[in-house]
Amino acid sequence: MSGPAHPAEPGGGDRGGILDREGALAKLLIAPAVIYIAAMIGAPFVLAILYSLSDATTGDPGLRLVGVQNFQAALSDPVFRLALRNTFVFTLVSQSIVIVLSRVLANALLKPFRGKWLVRFLIMLPWTAPISLGTIGWLWMFDSIFSPIDWVLRYLGMLGTASALFGANTNMYWLGVPGLAMASVILVNVWRILPLATVIQLGGLSSIPKDLIEAAEVDGATPWRRTLMITIPLTLPIVSIAFLFGVVFTFTDLVVVYVLTRGGPVHMTQVLSSWTFFKGIEAGDLAQGAAISLFMFPVLAVAAIFILRMARRTEVV
Amino acid sequence: MGRVEIRSVSKLFGEVRAVDHVDLATDEGEFLVLLGPSGCGKTTLLRMIAGIETPTSGDLVIDGRVVTDMPPRMRNIAMVFQSYALYPHMTVYKNIAFPLRARGIDEGTVRKKVEWAAGMFKIGRLLDRKPRELSGGERQRVALARAMVREPSVFLLDEPLSNLDALLRTSAREELRQFQRRVGVTTIYVTHDQVEAMGLGDRIAVMSQGKVRQIGTPLDIYQWPADTFVATFVGSPPMNLIEQEDVLLGFRPETFRPSDAVEGSEGMVTFPFEVTYLEYLGAERLVYGNVGEKSHARHIVSRLPGSLTLPLESGKTYPFAVARRDLRRFHRKSGLAFSGETA
Amino acid sequence: MANLGKIARRGGLYTLLGAFAFFSAFPFYWMVIATFKRDHDLFSPLNNPFIFNESPTLDHLRLLFFETHFVGYLLNTLLVGLAVVIITLVTAVPAAYALARWARGWGETLGIGIFLTYLVPPTILFIPLSRFASFFGLQESLWSLILVYPTFTIPFCTWLLMGFFKTIPKDIEEQAMIDGLSRFGAMSRVVLPLAISGVLTVVVFAFTLSMHEFIYALTFISVSAKKTVSIGVPTELVRGDVFQWGPLMAGALIASIPVAVVYTYFLDRFVAGFTMGAVK
Repeated sequence: MSGPAHPAEPGGGDRGGILDREGALAKLLIAPAVIYIAAMIGAPFVLAILYSLSDATTGDPGLRLVGVQNFQAALSDPVFRLALRNTFVFTLVSQSIVIVLSRVLANALLKPFRGKWLVRFLIMLPWTAPISLGTIGWLWMFDSIFSPIDWVLRYLGMLGTASALFGANTNMYWLGVPGLAMASVILVNVWRILPLATVIQLGGLSSIPKDLIEAAEVDGATPWRRTLMITIPLTLPIVSIAFLFGVVFTFTDLVVVYVLTRGGPVHMTQVLSSWTFFKGIEAGDLAQGAAISLFMFPVLAVAAIFILRMARRTEVV
Repeated sequence: MGRVEIRSVSKLFGEVRAVDHVDLATDEGEFLVLLGPSGCGKTTLLRMIAGIETPTSGDLVIDGRVVTDMPPRMRNIAMVFQSYALYPHMTVYKNIAFPLRARGIDEGTVRKKVEWAAGMFKIGRLLDRKPRELSGGERQRVALARAMVREPSVFLLDEPLSNLDALLRTSAREELRQFQRRVGVTTIYVTHDQVEAMGLGDRIAVMSQGKVRQIGTPLDIYQWPADTFVATFVGSPPMNLIEQEDVLLGFRPETFRPSDAVEGSEGMVTFPFEVTYLEYLGAERLVYGNVGEKSHARHIVSRLPGSLTLPLESGKTYPFAVARRDLRRFHRKSGLAFSGETA
Repeated sequence: MANLGKIARRGGLYTLLGAFAFFSAFPFYWMVIATFKRDHDLFSPLNNPFIFNESPTLDHLRLLFFETHFVGYLLNTLLVGLAVVIITLVTAVPAAYALARWARGWGETLGIGIFLTYLVPPTILFIPLSRFASFFGLQESLWSLILVYPTFTIPFCTWLLMGFFKTIPKDIEEQAMIDGLSRFGAMSRVVLPLAISGVLTVVVFAFTLSMHEFIYALTFISVSAKKTVSIGVPTELVRGDVFQWGPLMAGALIASIPVAVVYTYFLDRFVAGFTMGAVK
């Protein structure tokens, strides 16, 4: 070990060097992160706003401000309105399912059982594996001819005969039929967010003091009442946090839709993020793309505010 | 070596004046105790001497050198924290060697000194253990050894006994005192426990609300409190205070006895004492009550030796007396002792 | 009777967990099957798709490793991941420490501010950042990814590390300063070794997040040889309109499992970050 020289470091004098002065050192240590964030998040964010007010394209990226016409154009575009609606449906439906399922799953995982690590590993896979690769697995499972789900339905006689429950076609065309395509996209998203929501809830559930539940038990509260009066109120903030993070990730997600349907069939699963990509990058209309993406911002801002509130509230308790 | 001077030092945390124009100086080799209730600024003062906090104003001088703006490592002080702050990832040996290695001392010397310090605190057999494998008492010894190993000119201790159980605390206190006498290093010791303060200190500085209320020997502090704060903070039960016009009369519970038990009445002041409550504690008996309606505190307490078996009952009034020379007088408004009456 | 009820509850629990595990893991089982199935078996609609109707084969793996850029994708991913880890550590560790320790009041606010930037999604930033990339001539270069990925690793890792540093008692570093170290020395030589598990968490997190990233890679990189695994596998293993399902599934599987194993091990620590200390 080479210690700092005694009594003073070079140039430090009696006051010590910069490495001794808290105020200066604090700024020095924080600066790189703040500069990075300002340059790579702050600046692009401002640029996104500027693009949305301009007529920039990939071919002609110069900034000429044209006011809010990009937003007006977006709003009058039926595909955009569909994408906006789909984004909300996609987000809210999948997150509602996720919250319920993750609660059930977290409760089950809380109990002791054999092989927990394996079950945990399997259940976490959708979150821990790269999402684009997991979704590719689903793409193959939703294949228009070789879908194993269709095979099972045919095997059970529910598909492919004149009297079958799901019709006479040999296949369901999971990603080719409008309503079914949306359901498929939601299913994959539930599959993907469920692990995250589960571990967050697991943390919340295991943080409830045992003596509180025992006290309620002694007081003669029934299990149902205990859940209603103790578990739910105490875990509400953490459930909200799980929900809000799920909303943020789902609302802005591109991967599931891009890999599974590319927004099809005929824009029926188009969401804001995918539409941003197709307009802004593939079609090269930077201005339109930026405007579309910024429609996501209010929702994110509101979610962020709620996340902060919830976190604060739990800290006080 | 080892003289600490505190010159009009103040420390503000935002609007709060944690330390308020404190002047204080230690003698060489002295054991000085900073005593006060929590939040009185004693720990902040100690941390400023250590260099962990910087004074808002004023100067700190160690051995004639102004150290106010110096980082801790240049001050040649050692400190033991309340938590002992042992490095959890290092063995006891490495913990004790740390201050030496940080100064770039060669390994041979390090080994010799660590063994010397470990021997002094009888922890030689613990050198390979990690802090989490030690008992509270052992941790405290390791912290002391680490502090002493580089022979600092000033030794700072922040409530080092408060994490020990009561039994251990008494023996640790005695050891600490003997050890300090032996090495003769100037020691500043922070505590809120008056028993520790009385037992350990050559002198005690009593602090309250950022100010030093009184500094003196344990005897001075107890016998001649400088103000009503010191009078009621030191001593258990605290000094009794009675209002008389614009004077507060103070006297220690053990000086307040039944007239019947006092020989002669010369130089005695007698009060009718209405007993409300009695506590028999074995070696002593505490008698609570009122003297008329003029009592400043809710209760006046008399502390009688257990050997004094005089029957007393609650609800009855007895004549109690205190010797005139045991009476202390304080200004009613300022709470300060009348000048010329302190030692 | 009580015993019977217990068995029934036990059975219910296993059934429930089994169902969830099946739901979560089935796509990966599906990848395993496709990886080793002969094309003829794979593409016969009447064959039972869940089992090997013909003997398994390594053809798809051979094709994946020797006739596609898959190995290159892995190497690109590794390179980008390591570079991002380094940038993240160099910026997030000092910032987190300074915010956790020195800044009374404004440190907490700035820390939350930094965390909130994590919520600004790539879907808003990728258009302007693609212009940045082309402005600096980094289009089609892994450097564009190396520079952009820290935008999501730094905010989250700074926040995560702040939590770790706060759990280390201040006494320890104050003691180190008294024992002879400078302010900086106390941080680098005493606090960092104590926060090593936090630092390790950040290493894993920064790497896995880089590996998972899709949008930026899709936007910035279109040359096949420069792609990372997360876009290379889904976009390149398609000939014309025809998906090469065998190699595709093999690639997805091979890239997924190792990272999933490591991630699972560290998962609880990430979640502590998400909940912002709300769960104690």
